[in-house]
Amino acid sequence: MPQSELIHIGEEMMAVCNSCRYCEGFCAVWPAMEYRRSFAEADLNYLANLCHNCSECYYACQYAPPHEWMINPPQTFAKFRAQTYEQFAWPKPLASAFRANALVVSLLTALMLVVFFFGAMQAAGSRSLSTAVAGGDFYKITPHEVLVLTFGAVGLFVALALGIGLLRFWRNIGEQTSDLTNPPAVMLAIKEALALKYLDQSGWGCAYPDEKSSQSRRWFHHFTFYGFLLCFAATTLGAIYYYGFGWTGPYGYTSLPVVLGTLGGLGLLIGPIGLWSLKTRRNREITDESQQGTDVAFIVLLLLTSITGLLLLVLRETAAMGSLLAIHLGIVMTLFLMLPYGKFVHGLYRSAAILKYALERARKSTLGV
Amino acid sequence: MSEDFSNLDVLVIGGGNAALCAAITALESGASVLVLECSPKSLRGGNSRHTRNMRLAHEKQINPYTGAYPADEMWNDYMRCTGGMTDPELAKMTVYESPSILDWARAQGVRFQPALAGTLHLSRTNAWFLGGGKSLMNTLYRRAEALGARVLYDAEAIDLDIKDGRFRSATVRIKGQHTVQIAAKTVVVAAGGLQSDLEFLKGAWGAAADNFQIRGTPFDTGTMIKVLLAAGAESVGDPSQGHMVPCDSRSPKFDGGIVTRLDCVTLGLVVNKAGDRFYDEGEDFWGFRYAIWGRLVAQQQDQICYCFVDSKTINKFMPSRYPAIKGNTIGEVARQLNLPVEKVEATVAEFNRAVQPGKFDHTVLDDCKTAGLTPSKTHWAQRLDTPPFYGYPLSPGLTFTYFAVKVDRRAAVLMKGGQPAENIFAAGEVMAGNILPKGYIGGIGLVIGNIFGRIAGKEAATLAKKSAAVASKEATHAAK
Repeated sequence: MPQSELIHIGEEMMAVCNSCRYCEGFCAVWPAMEYRRSFAEADLNYLANLCHNCSECYYACQYAPPHEWMINPPQTFAKFRAQTYEQFAWPKPLASAFRANALVVSLLTALMLVVFFFGAMQAAGSRSLSTAVAGGDFYKITPHEVLVLTFGAVGLFVALALGIGLLRFWRNIGEQTSDLTNPPAVMLAIKEALALKYLDQSGWGCAYPDEKSSQSRRWFHHFTFYGFLLCFAATTLGAIYYYGFGWTGPYGYTSLPVVLGTLGGLGLLIGPIGLWSLKTRRNREITDESQQGTDVAFIVLLLLTSITGLLLLVLRETAAMGSLLAIHLGIVMTLFLMLPYGKFVHGLYRSAAILKYALERARKSTLGV
Repeated sequence: MSEDFSNLDVLVIGGGNAALCAAITALESGASVLVLECSPKSLRGGNSRHTRNMRLAHEKQINPYTGAYPADEMWNDYMRCTGGMTDPELAKMTVYESPSILDWARAQGVRFQPALAGTLHLSRTNAWFLGGGKSLMNTLYRRAEALGARVLYDAEAIDLDIKDGRFRSATVRIKGQHTVQIAAKTVVVAAGGLQSDLEFLKGAWGAAADNFQIRGTPFDTGTMIKVLLAAGAESVGDPSQGHMVPCDSRSPKFDGGIVTRLDCVTLGLVVNKAGDRFYDEGEDFWGFRYAIWGRLVAQQQDQICYCFVDSKTINKFMPSRYPAIKGNTIGEVARQLNLPVEKVEATVAEFNRAVQPGKFDHTVLDDCKTAGLTPSKTHWAQRLDTPPFYGYPLSPGLTFTYFAVKVDRRAAVLMKGGQPAENIFAAGEVMAGNILPKGYIGGIGLVIGNIFGRIAGKEAATLAKKSAAVASKEATHAAK
């Protein structure tokens, strides 16, 4: 859909919503809307990313299709979000290319990187990809330096790309860079984001995957997000062990990095499967089908990451370890490379929108409005 | 099809708040229930779909209200709004039973939202549904279905077989095509008012009705009211009375709901098609005047008038669906609205000259008024002098009609001569005219629907079980 047409739909929708306001008890979008009288593209970008796609408003809407005004906030906001993810990505052409064929690009990239890691192992003269290594010591197969160098480079690039995207979005919605670190607002935003407050709706949950409100999406998202965080913590802790204490891996099954990684891996297994299952039962009248590709690609990469990671842990003392390691590393690197161009960015943009909403509330109370 | 519904205890005709309250109560009493909703599922709920809150008495401040609202106070408010023109017994039942609704609704799963900043004046007296009336209806439908109700959508009752005050079956048109006959031991008629029957409106209002907007569902054509009256039921209320508010003339004929209403009148200047002012825009707070203004607009030529405001006040009232017509001069706005430009300019100039100095405050009846102007503007009068200027076209928006079927305290339909019908009950707008024959008090319609819906459902279920017991006794006798 051309941008101008989408903006027109968004403006028309807001003209109805801001005159109605029946939804103001649901989430942050509606009180934030009420701070405004007119809705330019930047306002719509902000509200769209503040929207958690809970869909309560759609089922409550007296103007939803087949009403002639066809008010459909979940779908309209989803289209705006897709546009912001692409518009503010850096470098933008990479995002456009990725969005067009997300799953294929992801799988091809993963394949290439798996081959690369196989090659790196061979070149490093590792003893074998087909015999068991005592203690499951994967540094015997892939030298530590290779891992640090490749993942370090990818990590830096990804952090840069995510940072630029976030800043572009932040400025687009009319905020100063300095306000990204406004302490009380940041604290409030972190609290609301980590608790998924706007999927909770005071305990009612959200109308996802269908009209009946439920907490299932919130819980599966918690599994996914905290699973991801635990895996990240496990890796970081491993690095601290290595550099800080000179303890070399692999660590025992009851060591902290392995426990964290295992719990995280399980979260990353349960969460994405749950989200996927909810997604397949979603009401298609309110989804933006154009995002199906990036959504599925992200879920598949997360699942492949947890499956191969857990397999690697279980089978690390067998002959399969070498191959599994190459596959796991290839998939994890793909997951990281795709972060700035796929579904992952929703976390950054939505957090930024929640932060702006915290700032707006603070400004309102200061003004005494 | 009819065999699917044989041995039915309670047939509920209608699919709004009153109908579902009746259905749920009948189901809880152990009756089998079929609900006939004439709209498709996506537009179910009648006018309840456009509602937002209920006025419920409560002796103490409890969640979700901001303060106490004793039943005696609600009774006084109620008497003031209706001018005492009411059936006191039924009205008292409504007001004094209203406190029971909150717990009943919560038990069905209805969600209420905390009081909100912009609605303080109603947050003390009214309970607000989280998400509004459609959300309420979704919950009531889910509850009714969980209790075993069968619901037919696109199923319009077009006739009732009634003999000597006894209902036998209903003729039901399915999806606008074939008709079926559905028999039941009892019937609850909760099918809404007459306000969407354009022919009826024309009969009551003449050609002016062509320029009315119907703010709610197009499905409330009052068929059941007409059928019941034809079968000998007693009527109540004046057919030419309806609740009307000023709405944007650009709104659709039906279903514009809440967003087309315009709240700019007290802040602006209103002229008719000839460019003349005709009424004091600042007579009282808008909450007390919007219904009067609906009627005032309906009395103007072509049932239209125009409200002008300037940049000082454009953002001081609730936004509405359609943008204001904007111009750098009053004449520029008048021209876009196809008004006599010079006449409007003269009216505004005369008004501006008459405005006296004062301290503007929209939250009180302030001292900003005109002097030596007919009609005067007695509050909130400010010069229209700060461009850009804005104009809105206003039409009468009909919310509901008062004409209804007479009922007794059991919600039984009263036949001519005062005898109650044997097994016909009514709830909601079909009978609301018994309690609200004129005037309006925000959030009372759903209360009437709830109280009488529950009474009708209970009475119908009890009667159906009794008649089933009699029938089985007779069958046993016959077998012997």
